[in-house]
Amino acid sequence: MPKTSAEIGGMGHSVKRKEDPRFIRGKGNYVDDIVLPDMIYMDIVRSPFAHATIKNIDTAKALATPGVLAVITGKDLAAYNLHWMPTLMSDTQMVLPVEKVMYQAQEVAAVLATDRYTAADGVDAVEVDYDPLPVVVDPFKALLPDAPILRTDKEGKKDNHIWHWEWGDKSATDQAFDEADVKVTQDIYIPRIHVASIETCGCVASFDKINGKLTVWMTTQAPHAIRTVFALVAGHVGLQEHKIQIISPDIGGGFGGKVPVYPGYVIAVAASVLTGKPVKWIEDRMENLQADSFARDYHIAAELAGKKDGTLTALRIKTVADHGYTDAAANPSKFPAGLFHICTGSYDLKAAHVEVDGVYTNKPPGGIAYRCSFRVTEAVHTIERMADLMAHEIGMDPADLRMKNFIAPDRFPYKSALGWEYDSGNYAGALKLAIDRIGYTDLRKEQAERRARGELMGIGISSFTEIVGAGPSKHFDILGLKMFDSAEIRIHPTGKVIARFGTKSQGQGHETTYAQIIAEELGIPAADIAVEEGDTDTAPYGLGTYASRSTPVAGAARAVAARKIREKAKKIAAYLLEAHEDDLDWEPGKFFVKGSPDRAKTIQEIALAAYTNHPQGMEAGLEAVSYYDPPNLTYPFGSYICVVDIDKGTGEVKVRRFMAVDDCGNIINPMIVEGQIHGGLTMGLAPALYEEIQYDESGNCLQGSFMNYLLPTAVETPAWETDKTCTPSPHHPLGAKGVGESATVGAPAAIVNAVVDALWHLGVRHIDIPITPPKVWKALRDAGVSE
Amino acid sequence: MPQLDINGKTVAVETDLDRSLLSLLRDDLDLTGSKYGCGEGQCGACTVLIDEKSARSCITPVRAALGKKITTIEGLEKSGRLHPLQEAFLETEALQCGYCTSGMIMSGISLLRKNPNPPREEILRQMEGNVCRCGDYLRIVAALEKAARAIKEARK
Ligand code: FES
Ligand code: FES
Repeated sequence: MPKTSAEIGGMGHSVKRKEDPRFIRGKGNYVDDIVLPDMIYMDIVRSPFAHATIKNIDTAKALATPGVLAVITGKDLAAYNLHWMPTLMSDTQMVLPVEKVMYQAQEVAAVLATDRYTAADGVDAVEVDYDPLPVVVDPFKALLPDAPILRTDKEGKKDNHIWHWEWGDKSATDQAFDEADVKVTQDIYIPRIHVASIETCGCVASFDKINGKLTVWMTTQAPHAIRTVFALVAGHVGLQEHKIQIISPDIGGGFGGKVPVYPGYVIAVAASVLTGKPVKWIEDRMENLQADSFARDYHIAAELAGKKDGTLTALRIKTVADHGYTDAAANPSKFPAGLFHICTGSYDLKAAHVEVDGVYTNKPPGGIAYRCSFRVTEAVHTIERMADLMAHEIGMDPADLRMKNFIAPDRFPYKSALGWEYDSGNYAGALKLAIDRIGYTDLRKEQAERRARGELMGIGISSFTEIVGAGPSKHFDILGLKMFDSAEIRIHPTGKVIARFGTKSQGQGHETTYAQIIAEELGIPAADIAVEEGDTDTAPYGLGTYASRSTPVAGAARAVAARKIREKAKKIAAYLLEAHEDDLDWEPGKFFVKGSPDRAKTIQEIALAAYTNHPQGMEAGLEAVSYYDPPNLTYPFGSYICVVDIDKGTGEVKVRRFMAVDDCGNIINPMIVEGQIHGGLTMGLAPALYEEIQYDESGNCLQGSFMNYLLPTAVETPAWETDKTCTPSPHHPLGAKGVGESATVGAPAAIVNAVVDALWHLGVRHIDIPITPPKVWKALRDAGVSE
Repeated sequence: MPQLDINGKTVAVETDLDRSLLSLLRDDLDLTGSKYGCGEGQCGACTVLIDEKSARSCITPVRAALGKKITTIEGLEKSGRLHPLQEAFLETEALQCGYCTSGMIMSGISLLRKNPNPPREEILRQMEGNVCRCGDYLRIVAALEKAARAIKEARK
């Protein structure tokens, strides 16, 4: 039950999204909608080769094209030492190459012109002379002793190995495996995919020569961090942080793909500084898919140990992580494999050990999340697949095996074998609800009947635990910047509010939910609260929106700032009511004298007094700032059950039903949460059944456009069924946990488990995602099933 | 000079007629509600109506629209009144980042003009060319059904 009235619209109300009226009129303001006087356009020459020496770049013809203003190459940037930049993982990345290219579609030169079509013509007219080099696409081959060394720029580098990372107690894990009754092992490949937000990336960079100020409108999920990176990269040429303003306007979907600093942004900034004109650069879809950061690409070898009765005991994982030519992942610095070590999931394991090796290949860089928190999907996929394998191996129902091994509700806060402290959970509660809602027992009966008739039906479960809201400053930073987040709330004399944040919505509805949290805390109607994000000149410093951190971190900052305001408001109220502070009580929207509710001052009256009649000795005004450093991460969870039917003739998988029970703690706006879950499920279905980016031996990208990188549409998307349980986070001021990514994280394993469940009796043990009809068709034929 | 009829206004166009209609709308006419998502007819973000039929403006040359009636998202609101499908998108909250929304609405309207009472299968067939990466297709379909009902009510 919401604590506030519908007029106030605090937490728990399905307040209508404030952003929608502009979007449904086509009046959103996205980066490509921005036009500045005198603006010029940039387009980028890209490499057709995955690995090649650049012998020469001839720009004469391009420069002779009417309308082309300039061509920028790596040599031009090298003159200012701007041709390389750091990645978010403190590796190095080329802005523009001087000697060689490392992946197909890498930026080679930039053309500036009076309009975008002329810029594109200019790109076609640049002549680059390449000398192809041997290409390494397969990360396992990249690790062989005779593999060509890719990062010749790194002095003394003798192999393609980036780093080795391991976590957990190896000897305890090995011992648990020695003592185990049953072990299951499985190689699982989680392929390279792309977030493919419908808005591609781009920017408008505008350098004002007179004031020395740079303003960049940019598709970014983390404007403040970008400002600092720009200052670090270009401080030596005079771009200092107080003269850089990053504005992130409406963003057409982020999902992690708009966290990195792509070379195009930096070149556009350089171009604006060089020409003194505003420069617009917007990538096309092919550039977006072929050059922007990828997600996943984890080759996982997993082993799970247990007892005959179904008790799980230990997990051992070795992973090869293909990072492309540089480690440009967006992870907290301490964790090169992100939060992959959440891989013990919802289960009470005695021991676990994880090893990950990062490898360079001739592919674009990345390792960003695809609507998830730093490799959590990889972790969930692994443990949920392994739990199912174990269940099938010992002949136990996968639901029973899960129930038997769940961390019990009374064990929280729970310390996992890999060191995480889970805040709260009731995993059995969520699974039980999913089982009841979907009618699991009947479905199992139906499956047996169908199987007897030779039909293929499968039921798959995924009981995932997420780990979001990075994170406590003790362990979490990006390039040294601690992962706090911020809120600034200012109450105007008339009781209306402006609130600013270090995060940035990309569709999550922050303008609405942020206002609701303030409404909850101060009793001011959400409609009276303006929310602003994404302008580094006005917003307090924050690390941005990704990894479901906006509610856990910035949401908490908001509550804390609002509570500071309420403290001051109480003092003013006491003064106005001529009462002692201790004699006042609060109900949403007003303070009143205990026992005499008529002696009250509304928050609006108090706001006015803060500017017109505040107590002597107190500072005027009513505002507060909070930089919130979360004491822990939050651990949303859920249980999903998927039912599939498989066509024996074509191998096509049809998702017949999908029941999603989520628990994200206390909910701010149920309607928005449901929308996030629907969307997240669709984005979980996508890699499970459709999406993969592959490369041939020469490093050519095979899914480089929407012609062959297939995104699900209304036709492919099943009628998601949703429900929820509510286990608040004990350490979050609002008890909230974050929800934007749960469904994308949890859904793929449920789908794969359902497919394998349908085929297990035929001897099929595993199919890597995406589960395409040809893969299933082959598995069926290998198993001797006729059409 | 060649002329286009856009949202009920006649506009003289001084441009290469082989250029895409989307770029003319966005770059020259400041009608930025239609979006670029792929430029190859695959995502539907650029959908407009040409003579009541939905068209991918990114792969439609300006030439093909001469002498025809073009409607963009900006042309829907009439004297402060939204189209029922816009209302339905608001009510069902069928959008998140909003980037696909103009195209979704224009595609949906072309269907509703053809068949004011479309069965679910027809809605799916029509919307197959429109991608929403934020992914709440259930609500997009629900919005179409709601709009169809509203239109029927209004006719009564
Ligand atoms: S931009 Fe026209 S269909 Fe994608
Ligand atoms: S609402 Fe974001 S792409 Fe559809």
